[in-house]
Amino acid sequence: MKYVIIGNSAAGIGAVEGIRQLDTQGEITIIASEPHHTYSRPLISYLLKGAATEETMRYRAADFYEKNNCKTIFGVEVTKINEAEKSVMLENGETVPYDKLLVATGSSAFVPPFEGLDTVAEKFSFMCLDDSLALDNALDSSKSVLIVGAGLIGLKCAEGILGKSKSADAPSRAKKISVLDLSPRILSSILDDDSASLVQSHLENAGVQFHLAKNITRFEKNAAILENGERLDFDILVLAVGVRPNTALLNGIAEIERGIVINEKSETTAPNIYAAGDCTQTTDISDGQEKIMALLPNAYIQGECAGINMAGGEKSFTNAIPMNAIGFCGLSIITAGNYTGEDYKEAEKNSQYKRLFYSDNKLNGYIMVGNVEKAGIYTSLIREQTPLDSIDFALVCEKPGLMAFTKTAREKMLGGERK
Amino acid sequence: MFPWAQGVKITSNWGENMKRVYVNEKWCLGCRLCEYYCAFADTGEKDMARALKDIKINPRIKIEEKDGISFAVNCRHCREPLCVKGCITGGLSVIDGVVSIDKEKCVSCYTCVLCCPFGAVSPSESGAVQKCELCVNEGAHPACVKGCPNAAIVYEDRTEAKM
Ligand SMILES: Cc1cc2nc3c(=O)[nH]c(=O)nc-3n(C[C@H](O)[C@H](O)[C@H](O)COP(=O)(O)OP(=O)(O)OC[C@H]3O[C@@H](n4cnc5c(N)ncnc54)[C@H](O)[C@@H]3O)c2cc1C
Repeated sequence: MKYVIIGNSAAGIGAVEGIRQLDTQGEITIIASEPHHTYSRPLISYLLKGAATEETMRYRAADFYEKNNCKTIFGVEVTKINEAEKSVMLENGETVPYDKLLVATGSSAFVPPFEGLDTVAEKFSFMCLDDSLALDNALDSSKSVLIVGAGLIGLKCAEGILGKSKSADAPSRAKKISVLDLSPRILSSILDDDSASLVQSHLENAGVQFHLAKNITRFEKNAAILENGERLDFDILVLAVGVRPNTALLNGIAEIERGIVINEKSETTAPNIYAAGDCTQTTDISDGQEKIMALLPNAYIQGECAGINMAGGEKSFTNAIPMNAIGFCGLSIITAGNYTGEDYKEAEKNSQYKRLFYSDNKLNGYIMVGNVEKAGIYTSLIREQTPLDSIDFALVCEKPGLMAFTKTAREKMLGGERK
Repeated sequence: MFPWAQGVKITSNWGENMKRVYVNEKWCLGCRLCEYYCAFADTGEKDMARALKDIKINPRIKIEEKDGISFAVNCRHCREPLCVKGCITGGLSVIDGVVSIDKEKCVSCYTCVLCCPFGAVSPSESGAVQKCELCVNEGAHPACVKGCPNAAIVYEDRTEAKM
């Protein structure tokens, strides 16, 4: 059996580990445009910060490919899939045949067509190891940085630039760090107003300046000209406006909506072609909608699921939900699901905040800031769609724990094997 | 051969001599000795009282207690460990059936805290997360089980019967 995997990140690695659970002999070829050993993409901000090295940010051990008997073709792009011939074509003209193919191409930075962007000399995306190294190289304590986008990636980038040390006399990596967003609140996809302002003031205290609810009309070399006429000067520009799934390889081959359409076995609509990770769309079971969930745990689980099915096993991944764990300068945030329904709220106190959302006897989502202990109990209630009347919901709201479950449920969880 | 051989019957090595810490809730006295033995387990000290004096312990096994009910909770070392699959750094992995932490790689992003359905992975002062690793570094029997006066936690292989 010849397996070909396009993509050397969470989803691709998950697939290798999935395949090797069942098939230790089949030939696996991993092809990736990036020239590196598999690395943790989220750690690129930690690299910038000095909290990870290229070595510690490896997603798997140095001997991973050897141990799993994988052939690697790195630093080479796949330009075309030839479905009829069951092969993929590389940018160097070579072709690689497959029996089973996985597309795990991830996502790319979306760069809006701003007027005058071409006049900006030092501009960066913040998506990959090379971006992080290039930005690291450009940073200088005499330069101001403007980050466009107050989402997860933009703010992680800001935190990375702030540096390792929080002490005031530590050398700063930049003269000024500003973050601009169209939205009036930061992290608008995962936080509500109260938690967003909590996190915002934490970041402001750490040295980040915000320009929210602001729209850029054009760039002029070292300045962003805003809709309200304001002018923001910078030396380095980071564009972190959003990401787009890399679906192009399957154009005309398999169904693509927002992302590549897959079923719960990670199969695309084309025979023998699977897809997983950020390039796909997934059903969010917390609200039943199809979404792109550009998150690492989903990518890995979908990739592993694809791998098992490619190798002839039976595996389904049916309970994806959006879920995030993210921290900024010592302040932890965990969120999951969607924020509809009634709410239980513990108002902000000492940089802590908690809000749960529920309806129809189910937990829909939650936000926790500060104290995030045992958050996974809430995540599990959403993923498993646990009927809230089967647990002590009032108790679990206040104190996540197994105490809220029935004795029988607990016996299963703590007294025996968990399936 | 493949430490990730989890969750699929054919090659799963999870069931082979996989001892786990199991909880007998009805025998738990809520004395929290398990917590103290856990906190003491890797201090390298000889005397528990001295080692833990004036310290607010942060054990990897934790008692939940309410209205006369108490029980200990620690890592279940799941067959399909969501913490491991979700780990963004590769710092969590399954080594000989034990869900283990590579402290060098962990950056305390808490994705595992987000994922664990038991609340069994927690933040710690060390810069890495912490969870029960079955005292594999201490050799043999988990300290919490050794220290439990009432067999409310036991170290057994219960997989056999169910496989
Ligand atoms: C700064 C940053 C921080 C993040 N933080 C978090 C976080 O805290 N938590 C979280 O859950 N997620 C986080 N994410 C998102 C997470 O990194 C992604 O969800 C995850 O990496 C997706 O994995 P993937 O395998 O689907 O794709 P990717 O990681 O995007 O990898 C895609 C792979 O495909 C290859 N490729 C693409 N096109 C081609 C082609 N045509 N030919 C050959 N190879 C190709 C690339 O070289 C790469 O190897 C973060 C992302 C960024 C950028």
